[in-house]
Amino acid sequence: MTRRHAFTIAAQGIGGLAGAAIVLPAVGFAVAPIFHRSKERWEAVGPLDDFVVDTYRQVVFTETEGVGDAGKTTAYVRKGSKELGENPNEIVAISNRCAHLGCPVRFVEAAGNFICPCHGGVYDFQGRRIGGPPVRPLDQFQARVRNGQVELGPRYSVTSQLEPVRARDPGEFTGGVWEYLYPPRPSTFPPPSG
Amino acid sequence: MRIPDSIVPAPLRRPAKPGEGGNDKGQAPADLKTSPPERPSDVQRVSDRAKEAPADVLAWVDQRAGASGFLTGMLYRKVPKGTNWFYTLGSATLFAFIVQAVTGVFLAMFYTPSPTQAYASIAHINNDVFLGQFVHGMHKWGASVMVILIFLHMGRTFFFGAYKYPRELNWVIGVVLLILTMMMALTGYLLPFDQRSFWASIVAINLTGTGPVVGPYLADFLRAGAELGGTTLARFYAIHMLLIPGAIIALIGAHLYLVVKLGTTAPPWVRAGKPKAAAPVSQLDAGTEGNGASPAR
Repeated sequence: MTRRHAFTIAAQGIGGLAGAAIVLPAVGFAVAPIFHRSKERWEAVGPLDDFVVDTYRQVVFTETEGVGDAGKTTAYVRKGSKELGENPNEIVAISNRCAHLGCPVRFVEAAGNFICPCHGGVYDFQGRRIGGPPVRPLDQFQARVRNGQVELGPRYSVTSQLEPVRARDPGEFTGGVWEYLYPPRPSTFPPPSG
Repeated sequence: MRIPDSIVPAPLRRPAKPGEGGNDKGQAPADLKTSPPERPSDVQRVSDRAKEAPADVLAWVDQRAGASGFLTGMLYRKVPKGTNWFYTLGSATLFAFIVQAVTGVFLAMFYTPSPTQAYASIAHINNDVFLGQFVHGMHKWGASVMVILIFLHMGRTFFFGAYKYPRELNWVIGVVLLILTMMMALTGYLLPFDQRSFWASIVAINLTGTGPVVGPYLADFLRAGAELGGTTLARFYAIHMLLIPGAIIALIGAHLYLVVKLGTTAPPWVRAGKPKAAAPVSQLDAGTEGNGASPAR
C-alpha cells in the first residue's frame, strides 16, 4: 500500500464517519416514533347501567392526547350477549374505524349492521364483515368496569373468528399467514388475553 | 424581442450567423485616414461612457464568473425543425412550481402547523389577511395545475418518443420529479387540517400500510406513531415545505442541464432531411472563411 493510497482511505473513512455522525441521529430521530408506545390510557365513558345487551350505545373518548378533537374516536358499546356466546359480564366496545381504509362506520339500528359511508363496507352485529371491501372485522377496544363506570382502553384488532390480535391499521388482514405479512408493530398494545 | 447590443457585453452577444458581419478585418475605413474625426467634447465623452455603463457592469461580472460561454450556448442553442407549443409544457410545469414556491413562502408566514391551531390559522389567512384567500387559492389551485401540467409534459415526451436514447436518464429524473410532485400533493392536503384533509390523509396512510411486511412500519413512520396526531401534521409540514422542495429544485436543475446538454428532439412527423441538407462538420467550423457558400439550413 502506498502512502497516497493510505491517506486516501483515511480521508474517506473520516469523511464517512463525519457524515454518519450527522445522518444517523437525524434518521433515528425521524424513525424513533415507530418504536415508541404511548402510555396505556383508560377513560370512563358512562355508568354500567347505561349499556344494554341488544343494541349499541355510541360513546366518544380520547384515543390520542394533546391534539384536541382530532385525537378523539368513537366506539359502539354494549354488554356481552349470552345468545351470541359471549360472557354476559364483559363489555363489547367496537371501534367505528372501518377495516377497509379507516372511514367512520355507523351502527344502523334498523338493519342491526355497521355500515361504512365511503365504499360500502357492511359488518354484522358483532362487527364481522358481511359485505363490501373490508378485509377483517371491526377493531375493538379493551373494556373494564371500575366503580360502576365502564372504562375503555387500548385498541386491538380481531381475526375473522373474533380472536384478539394486536391492533392493525385498516386494510391489513389478520390471522394465519397475514400475521407475518402484516407484522405487529411495536407502537401497538398486546391484545387482551382470553 | 431582441436586447440591444449596447447593453450586452461582446461575449454575450448573439453570435453572427455564418456569412454575415465580421468583415472589417481590423481595417479602418478609408475616409478615417484622410479626415480623422474631431475630438469629442467632455459632455459627449461622459455621456458615451454612461451609455456603456450597463455593458461595463455585465462585463465586470462576466470577467469574474466566466458564465458567458455557458449562457450563449444555452440561450442560443439550436432547436430542431418542427418545435411547437407542446414543447412549452415543461417550462409551464416549472412556472407552476415557481408559483407554488412563491405562494407557499407567503402562506408559511401565517400558517401554524399545530393540530389545535392549523385550522384556525388557515381560516385567518382566508378571512382576515389582505389577499390571503387569493394567495391561498393560487396555492391550492396551482397544485392541481402543476399535477395536470406535469402529466401533459410526460405525455408529450412519451408520444414524441423523446425518452429514447440518449435521453433515458432525463426520463428517469422526470419520473422521480413526478413522484415528488405527488408527494407534495399528498402532504399538502393534510395541512388545512379540516375534516376533508384529516380523513383523506387517514385513507392515504392506511393505503400505505397495506403494503406487505414494510407497510405497517411505513404507516407508523408517516404518522410518527400508531395514530394520526400532532406530530403527523408537523412531519407532513416539514416534508412539504423543506424536504421535497429541496429535492425538486435539485432535480429540476439536473433535468434542465440534460435538456440543454442533449438538446430536444424533433416531433416524430418531421422527416430527417436529405443528406445534402446537413452541412459537413468542416464547413460549419470554417464559418465565413469558406468558399462563400453558406451552409444549407
